Amino acid sequence: MAKLKIEDLEKITEEFKRKMTLREGAGRVKITVHLGTCGIAAGARKIMNSFMEEIEKSKATDIIMTTSGCAGLCSREPMATVEVIGNAPIKYVDLTIDKVKIIFDKHVMKGAFVQEYALSVGSEKIQ
Amino acid sequence: MDDLSLYILDISENCIDAGAKNIEIIINEDTKKDILIIEINDDGKGIDEDMIKLIQNPFTTSRTTRKVGLGIPFFKEAAESCEGKFSISSAKGIGTKVKATFKHSHIDRKPMGDIAETLIALILRAEKTEILYYHKRNGKDFTFRTKDLKLQLKVKDLKQVMLLNSLKKIVKQKISELQ
Ligand SMILES: Nc1ncnc2c1ncn2[C@@H]1O[C@H](COP(=O)(O)OP(=O)(O)OP(=O)(O)O)[C@@H](O)[C@H]1O
Ligand SMILES: [Mg+2]
Repeated sequence: MAKLKIEDLEKITEEFKRKMTLREGAGRVKITVHLGTCGIAAGARKIMNSFMEEIEKSKATDIIMTTSGCAGLCSREPMATVEVIGNAPIKYVDLTIDKVKIIFDKHVMKGAFVQEYALSVGSEKIQ
Repeated sequence: MDDLSLYILDISENCIDAGAKNIEIIINEDTKKDILIIEINDDGKGIDEDMIKLIQNPFTTSRTTRKVGLGIPFFKEAAESCEGKFSISSAKGIGTKVKATFKHSHIDRKPMGDIAETLIALILRAEKTEILYYHKRNGKDFTFRTKDLKLQLKVKDLKQVMLLNSLKKIVKQKISELQ
């Protein structure tokens, strides 16, 4: 059976150690991409992927990436929530890869939320 | 949905919602027999017998207040439109099995898409769910287990972006080698 072989695991381990010098640094920002059926159909996985690429490029180690279920607003998918810890989470709607780049640069890295792409200020539960 | 890896992501999300501790994603491609089988099994809370029929048809309850999902009907439709079959079986408290078969060469059969990205999305979602991915194509196969990787890395969870980006590349490579 072809598994992820020991060499592969070692390669991942090495990269992991090289890149992850500080894991304990608690998250400063949390990004959540919503992956319900409608989100997935609207391209949310690509949005998740481009946030992950942006994180890698920025070399930041204090950004927590996560995915969640349906956000309850199918017509505005793909959606993501950005929460700078200590501030209200911002829900972004109708996302595209270009919007992700702008949101990442302005909000995630510089803390200034991008009003024109945002749905509302408040908790994830408000719909 | 554009490709099968997106359906797999969607169906596996149900397993996580059902509190599964383990999810198995099993893909079997046999181009000689011209068949593609996708199985997604979990040990989550299961589905009531009377619900099983209901959830396979998005129209059944459209007039009740209960919000009926689309994930299962979509996947069923994808298989059945490719001379395939769909089945879902479940036992309360034990788990659920979803199985879809497709005629491999069928003109409407959607491409496999990016399975590695699907696995990463699931790892990011699931705090406490272990994922087993097994993919067989003709003579060759590939297995990936989150449990193995955690043991190897000596970490409790894999939710780390740089790690997942590397993992994605390697899994993508391994799956392409099955071709
Ligand atoms: N693996 C599973 N374990 C337990 N229950 C399940 C499972 N898969 C589906 N179900 C039940 O069937 C219902 C319908 O699933 P389906 O994926 O079609 O829609 P949904 O998840 O409710 O919404 P969505 O349209 O976002 O997928 C779920 O709400 C859940 O109650
Ligand atoms: Mg679903």
